[in-house]
Amino acid sequence: MSHEHADAGHTSGTEAAHHGHGHDHIHPRPWNPLFRYVFSTDHKIIAIQFLFSGLIFFVVGGLMAMAIRWQLAWPWSPMPVLSKALWSSQGYRMPPEFYNKLFTMHGSVMIFLVVIPILAGAFGNFTIPLMIGARDMAFPRLNMISYWCMPFAFVAMLNSFIVEGGTAEAGWTSYPTLANSPWSTPGSFNGQTWWLIGVLFAGVSSLLGSINYLTTILMLRAPGMKMFRLPMTVWGMFITSILQAFALPVLTSALVMQLLDRTAGTNFFTPAGLSVANGPAAIGGGQPLLWQHLFWFYSHPAVYIMILPAMGMMSDIISTFSRKPLFGYKPMVIAIGAIAGLGFIVWGHHMFQSGMNPALGATFMLSTMLIALPSAIKVFNWLGTMWGGRIQFTSAMLNAMGFVSMFIIGGLSGIFLAATPVDMHVHDTYFIVAHIHYVLFGGSTFAIFAAIYYWFPKMFGRMMDERLGKVHFALTFLTFNGTFFLMHIVGLHGMLRRTADPTIYPLLNGPGVVGMNQFMTLSAFGLGLTQILFAANFLYSLVLGPKAADNPWKANTLEWGTTSPPPYYNFQTIPTVYHPAYEFSVPGVVGDFLPQTEPRPPIAGPMDPIMA
Amino acid sequence: MADAATFPAHPTTAHGSMARPTVQAPPLTPGKVAIWLFLATEIMFFTGLIGTYIVLRAGSPPTGYSNLYPPATDLTYVLPTKPEGLKTYAWPKPYDDSTNPLSIDLTAVNTFILICSSVTMVLGLSAFQRDQKRKGALYTTATALIGAVFLGVQVFEYRQLMFVHHYPIGVSASGHFTPDVSLFASCFFTMTGFHGAHVAGGVIAMSLLAIRSWFGAYSSTNYNSVEIVGLYWHFVDLVWIILFTVVYLI
Repeated sequence: MSHEHADAGHTSGTEAAHHGHGHDHIHPRPWNPLFRYVFSTDHKIIAIQFLFSGLIFFVVGGLMAMAIRWQLAWPWSPMPVLSKALWSSQGYRMPPEFYNKLFTMHGSVMIFLVVIPILAGAFGNFTIPLMIGARDMAFPRLNMISYWCMPFAFVAMLNSFIVEGGTAEAGWTSYPTLANSPWSTPGSFNGQTWWLIGVLFAGVSSLLGSINYLTTILMLRAPGMKMFRLPMTVWGMFITSILQAFALPVLTSALVMQLLDRTAGTNFFTPAGLSVANGPAAIGGGQPLLWQHLFWFYSHPAVYIMILPAMGMMSDIISTFSRKPLFGYKPMVIAIGAIAGLGFIVWGHHMFQSGMNPALGATFMLSTMLIALPSAIKVFNWLGTMWGGRIQFTSAMLNAMGFVSMFIIGGLSGIFLAATPVDMHVHDTYFIVAHIHYVLFGGSTFAIFAAIYYWFPKMFGRMMDERLGKVHFALTFLTFNGTFFLMHIVGLHGMLRRTADPTIYPLLNGPGVVGMNQFMTLSAFGLGLTQILFAANFLYSLVLGPKAADNPWKANTLEWGTTSPPPYYNFQTIPTVYHPAYEFSVPGVVGDFLPQTEPRPPIAGPMDPIMA
Repeated sequence: MADAATFPAHPTTAHGSMARPTVQAPPLTPGKVAIWLFLATEIMFFTGLIGTYIVLRAGSPPTGYSNLYPPATDLTYVLPTKPEGLKTYAWPKPYDDSTNPLSIDLTAVNTFILICSSVTMVLGLSAFQRDQKRKGALYTTATALIGAVFLGVQVFEYRQLMFVHHYPIGVSASGHFTPDVSLFASCFFTMTGFHGAHVAGGVIAMSLLAIRSWFGAYSSTNYNSVEIVGLYWHFVDLVWIILFTVVYLI
């Protein structure tokens, strides 16, 4: 037995010496710019690649949202630019199926190419090794491959626009039979196939990333960095990666089956004898409803994949700018874990209207409502962190506060939707559109802004302009609410989503609903224009911003202990960690913060075993 | 035992070998953690496929397959006339030639072959662990070859099903068993096809191991890659046992 132990130990010992898994070996930096900046294995460069491509697609998805809002406010009136470019032969009128393409690709691009890659891909990559005190990810080359899966997704998604029939139009949820039968819509002819390939590649990217993140966090922590000393950002990424590792493969299998249904003629999601548009009947025998189960088994956890990293990062930002310890560190960790765990058993709440057995529906309703508990713990703990703190209203902090407040609204409308009877009433209305945007824009996107303002100095070594940042936040906050709050009202009034022209219903053709739709559209244009401020600030600061100090925010986590931007090996010497990241305003410490690398003075007393 | 001497001794306490070493040595290598996580994702992927199979099979109507009509034919107007000799099934029965084209005997042999490759894999790893490099190289090569034989038999089976044999109407309206002819065919080809792709990946990895092992790359101090590929190989083997059971035998 002891022989075996020695063997195993020896193997890891030689591995460390030869392959640099140990902490003291620094790889030489590649001299070729192609490998230094393009096919880089440096987690910081990969993070920036994820960030830039995500922001570029944020513009693409955002412009599609503008077109959607134009159509909803002034149905069928010629659209600027697009009408002239595409529909001059059809009287400058948008064809109805184009609206379906717009909302399908707006959702798909924003979810699969923007929010997940930026939150998990960009900030996960950037923060994990720096915050745990490692030189890089556990598998730098795997990390590179995980980014370079994304361009395949980009090309497939963009290519879907130019194939015959145009891009997909079955919604981001891609329900069969609409998505399965090639003749059901123009977009189902070819575009849907490319959509599936695109999402498959984005999924493989996330999958490889999640395995890498989990291994890195488990294996490469600096000395003294116990699991319960990890910053919340890393905890958020860790639990997100668990969700991705266990939920995403199921979506992959479902995507593969739909792809085979469309290309190899299999019958998984095609009902027996289905005939579309007087075409020949399919053999079929499969079940369209099965797709919904498989899809939501991933895509419900996916909404937590899009919010848990944000929650982690906001915890760090709020604590830093409140100059106070995070209120209830361990409860926050457990709450994230509880949200993730419950996230696996609630997918049926997307399907209350699918003819589900009421007993099953009630189970899903109960488990969904339970998520309100850990979510409320998190919200109250953020408020508790800010309460009585000396809050510094930086752009990052303002966006983090925007995140918390908008997440409360999105969370509360979520409880409405969790209740089966209410959900049956508002299913497929603008109420659900309001809900998802309060969580995904009000939540995740404000978090992305906050994280960019916060880590920009560390990423690029320059400061962003705070004044522009504050103006950007104020305008975004106003126009965001102007765009999405009224959706609750028109939704409860019965306005259906995914409908190109609501005014065909007399109920929705009154001055109230039409006026609100026009107001929402104008706000959306304002929201879009406001982002020019952000882009200008981002690009200007990238080149001409004032040089950033190593620790401009006086934060405690490890990344602020190295230079801005960090050298490619991150740390001159691997730091030693003495306590969790939230030791602000500790009694007996000069200055109001205590980096994780400095021991607590004895006068500060023992740490609270539960709350810290 | 010789290599144990070269290993830097852990500073241990005086309480004997049961005391924990004070050095913070990771109990596992990152590669092993990652392969277990990867296998977890693979389990979820195959759970998606196998779960789909179970749900679709359970939801198949009692008249989904019959000996006189192609699969998924609507028999609503046929059944009241009580046609002579008509037998209907919810799902093709094993060894029932009128609805099930699969050659269970051939695949049973193939299953045995694949299990043998897991045995040679274990023997190869333990040979490396005991520094028997030549023996290890032989077993690794044997594993790659046996895996290739399994794939060959599967390709032969696919060819028979899709192009060579002509099957009764209860199997397929076209006479050939291709992925589009019935739900059973869709499930069969997708599940076994993805498993075959995994075996193919494993054979490639195993061949690389075999080539390197002939140059003496693995020894009692360096068998990490063999162990990692081995874990994957056993996983693929295990999945096949489940697939063989649910697709062919039940």
